[in-house]
Amino acid sequence: MIKFFLMVNKQGQTRLSRYYEHVEIHKRTMLEAEVIKNCLSRSREQCSFIEYKDFKLVYRQYAALFIVVGINETENEMAVYELIHNFVEVLDRYFSRVSELDIMFNLDRVHIILDEMVLNGCIVETNKNRILAPLFVLDKMAES
Amino acid sequence: MPAVSKGDGMRGLAVFISDIRNCKSKEAEIKRINKELANIRSKFKGDKALDGYSKKKYVCKLLFIFLLGHDIDFGHMEAVNLLSSNRYTEKQIGYLFISVLVNSNSELIRLINNAIKNDLASRNPTFMGLALHCIANVGSREMAEAFAGEIPKILVAGDTMDSVKQSAALCLLRLYRTSPDFVPMGDWTSRVVHLLNDQHLGVVTAATSLITTLAQKNPEEFKTSVSLAVSRLSRIVTSASTDLQDYTYYFVPAPWLSVKLLRLLQCYPPPEDAAVRGRLTECLETILNKAQEPPKSKKVQHSNAKNAVLFEAISLIIHHDSEPNLLVRACNQLGQFLQHRETNLRYLALESMCTLASSEFSHEAVKTHIETVINALKTERDVSVRQRAVDLLYAMCDRSNAQQIVAEMLNYLETADYSIREEIVLKVAILAEKYAVDYTWYVDTILNLIRIAGDYVSEEVWYRVIQIVINRDDVQGYAAKTVFEALQAPACHENLVKVGGYILGEFGNLIAGDPRSSPLIQFNLLHSKFHLCSVPTRALLLSTYIKFVNLFPEIKTTIQDVLRSDSQLKNADVELQQRAVEYLRLSTIASTDILATVLEEMPPFPERESSILAKLKKKKGPGTVTDLEEIKKERNSDVNGGTESTPVNASTVSTPSPSADLLGLGAAPLTSSSPPPSTTGSLLVDVFSDSASVVAPLAPGSEDNFASPDLASSEVVSEEPADTVHDADELIHKFVCKNNGVLFENQLLQIGLKSEFRQNLGRMFIFYGNKTSTQFLNFTPTLICSDELQSSLNLQTKPVDPTVDGGAQVQQVVNIECISDFMEAPILNIQFRYGGTFQNISVKLPITLNKFFQPTEMASQDFFQRWKQLSNPQQEMQNIFKAKHPMDTEITKAKIIGFGSALLEEVDPNPANFVGAGIIHTKTTQIGCLLRLEPNLQAQMYRLTLRTSKETVSQRLCELLSEQF
Repeated sequence: MIKFFLMVNKQGQTRLSRYYEHVEIHKRTMLEAEVIKNCLSRSREQCSFIEYKDFKLVYRQYAALFIVVGINETENEMAVYELIHNFVEVLDRYFSRVSELDIMFNLDRVHIILDEMVLNGCIVETNKNRILAPLFVLDKMAES
Repeated sequence: MPAVSKGDGMRGLAVFISDIRNCKSKEAEIKRINKELANIRSKFKGDKALDGYSKKKYVCKLLFIFLLGHDIDFGHMEAVNLLSSNRYTEKQIGYLFISVLVNSNSELIRLINNAIKNDLASRNPTFMGLALHCIANVGSREMAEAFAGEIPKILVAGDTMDSVKQSAALCLLRLYRTSPDFVPMGDWTSRVVHLLNDQHLGVVTAATSLITTLAQKNPEEFKTSVSLAVSRLSRIVTSASTDLQDYTYYFVPAPWLSVKLLRLLQCYPPPEDAAVRGRLTECLETILNKAQEPPKSKKVQHSNAKNAVLFEAISLIIHHDSEPNLLVRACNQLGQFLQHRETNLRYLALESMCTLASSEFSHEAVKTHIETVINALKTERDVSVRQRAVDLLYAMCDRSNAQQIVAEMLNYLETADYSIREEIVLKVAILAEKYAVDYTWYVDTILNLIRIAGDYVSEEVWYRVIQIVINRDDVQGYAAKTVFEALQAPACHENLVKVGGYILGEFGNLIAGDPRSSPLIQFNLLHSKFHLCSVPTRALLLSTYIKFVNLFPEIKTTIQDVLRSDSQLKNADVELQQRAVEYLRLSTIASTDILATVLEEMPPFPERESSILAKLKKKKGPGTVTDLEEIKKERNSDVNGGTESTPVNASTVSTPSPSADLLGLGAAPLTSSSPPPSTTGSLLVDVFSDSASVVAPLAPGSEDNFASPDLASSEVVSEEPADTVHDADELIHKFVCKNNGVLFENQLLQIGLKSEFRQNLGRMFIFYGNKTSTQFLNFTPTLICSDELQSSLNLQTKPVDPTVDGGAQVQQVVNIECISDFMEAPILNIQFRYGGTFQNISVKLPITLNKFFQPTEMASQDFFQRWKQLSNPQQEMQNIFKAKHPMDTEITKAKIIGFGSALLEEVDPNPANFVGAGIIHTKTTQIGCLLRLEPNLQAQMYRLTLRTSKETVSQRLCELLSEQF
């Protein structure tokens, strides 16, 4: 099961956080700070999986942005690693060349995309067209 | 660069975010946020009704503020209001706010539920989707109560849109996790399983997650999912990469779904149906073959996705542990990855190989990669990869390569990361003990550990080396010599001083003949370290000194001088001072005989699980250490070389703190009634106060008995009619799962037991302690077996001395041979005279059939195969009973292991059940036994099933074990 999904930049600012199990807000801040510290201290040749407390972190870096997913032992690390990339590709398609700013200014949209892909800690959809379908409906409505 | 929000741009939001980004300091950011919060609050509180657009804007701002780590304590009501909006955009943001910010115990749930109910009834798929997402993400009990009936219907209805089905599946999963009682299995279950056949892969993806969770809890109901999952997987694996269109990711067909299906199959043993099984094997082979084919794309995404499926397939192969061919192929594939340039693959390969190492089919194949793994330990730049390499070395270790692996681990320890040193130390200590053929190697290894990583050597490790040295006389001389040499180093770790002090105190005499290690040199060497050590170590050394007084009378005066010095006698530390005073006094007034008895060599330690292993398990969590195998090894190991173990004698001065822990008092029966050993002082005081008798009183309460002799002489007898068998079967049950303890106790007499069994033989030490200060006369214990029992159980013992002095303890050894299986227990009858009264006591002796159990490890498949073979009604015995004790998993496991069978993990598809296997050894025959215990927490009941090849054995074991839970 996926426990949380984070996007944090190199300065340690959280740009997106989605928890699939309830975590107190002050604990979130602490956890996010620790998680990013863990990722930042690693070099390219280190592996993308970190054992952290009683779960594992799977992370990928895109420019200055880290995407970190916390999982338990029932998930396949490599599958989650590629899930991150699939997510980024969906963002890229929607925002055409996504940047950190797109994510900040369109937090609700990013949330919708993530909710289409991961629900209740499980991967629910991986087909890019179907992931984006509700958003296109939404955008059409907004235009009209 | 001014960023513009896509879609319906919200200027206010963009401005606010820009402001935050421009804040130069945390304080400025907090100030700006507080200003914004005040603004939004006033807007919400204001008289003017806000339109949907403004509400949406403010909710977005609140979300952003929440993301920055600030708690939001308002706005919830506004969000709930948005739920009832008819505009999709507003409704959507309302649901988003709620699923991010509202936790499952909010009091708003009722209002939210209302909105959800309306949306579910709307028949508008987008609205239904939002509502279902919300349930899936928040999932409180109230929601379960309100919707658990509705959602299965939506899920299996023919006319439900695919996307709604997907959400409904995960929604149901959430409700099942939070409140399984509201989600009863029903007609829908079989239809849910058929979603695996759905045309739409998105639906299959969602359904697989749901079915996997349900199948773990209800394996029987979801059994049919196996064949459906296999056929679905087969269709995916064999499809051309274009067949699945949008579900193909970089030329890999539906990788995430494949992974999930392979996970689902790991909830079950290999398929029974040959056709299904064949098809699955084909799939797995295809996946393995694809790994060898040239890649369809150079993109790393392609190989990653392919490998994700491959690793999951290997997990399934390992889980089934039944196809040697596949296991070896998996091992070779992982071997390739061990040398791959991608760190991720090396990491995962090491991890996966670790589980592969425990399979009997692939253990040898894994071992061939030893050089690569050792190399990884030396060259990997990532500590987590090195850690995996250590784990794998540990898992692949056996007698053939133990020396090499231990040497490499020790080597690595010199430079290892601090974070993993302690774990490596534990692993080395365990391997060295487990695979020691030659115990001198073991001693060397542990001393090396202390030398290299002394700070990381926990107490358990050095306790254990002492236990082993004390229990094995062939290594004692070597150990004394080696610690003596190690102590020569100008700077040595305090742990070495502890081990050295203890061992020389016990066995220094074995090397005293060599003039280079004469008594005085030994003493001076130890004492030169004394002042550098902490208080507990100094205390230990003082005990060594008093032991030296006994071992080497020629240096008695030197030691007395040391004890007498002001720095000892007037030491500020009470413990040290007390020891110095008492030891000095002891050395002065006690005769040589008394000294020799009081300071006698430590008796062998009772056999038990290595405390190091327990520590490693605690560190790594259960399951990560192959504990069962270890325990079995422990039980069978001949660590306790000398079987003529002397009873734990209360008067032996034990070197205080370490021995206290080593003995683990709770487990050692007789010490439990002696004074607490941490206060060695008081032990010694007892010796003096009762100096007429060499042996200290057994129980602290004995003086009370002394004070009121008439109580003991008259009333006790009337209280206990001579011919009662005490507590009947209660006593038997107490000892079914353990071998040591107090069998019987009254005001006069305590009977302790210590026993050990191997195959069809056993030996029981019975300790009779006289709790009074008066002699017992004509003391005659007799073992009584019925005629029937006599033919199946052979007991031999020698008579004991007929007088038992006040406060003394006598020991009787019973040799036991099991000839054939038996039902009853022998009776121990004791007769003696106490102060003119005749005493007669009878107790059942807890020699039960399960004592002749030898555990047997087996894989899931073997277990079920044998289980089926024993399906004759006479072979099975079942009992359903109410739990008599709290239903604690760990305790249950310990009891099953204590019962003597192996506890087989991951065999039963339902992880809540316990299964065990073992062989009952009798002289005439061996009887294979399988057992399964199914707890039902709700009803507080158990169902216990025993299947053995013999009816009477099934019956007896079932009887015995039923009383334990």
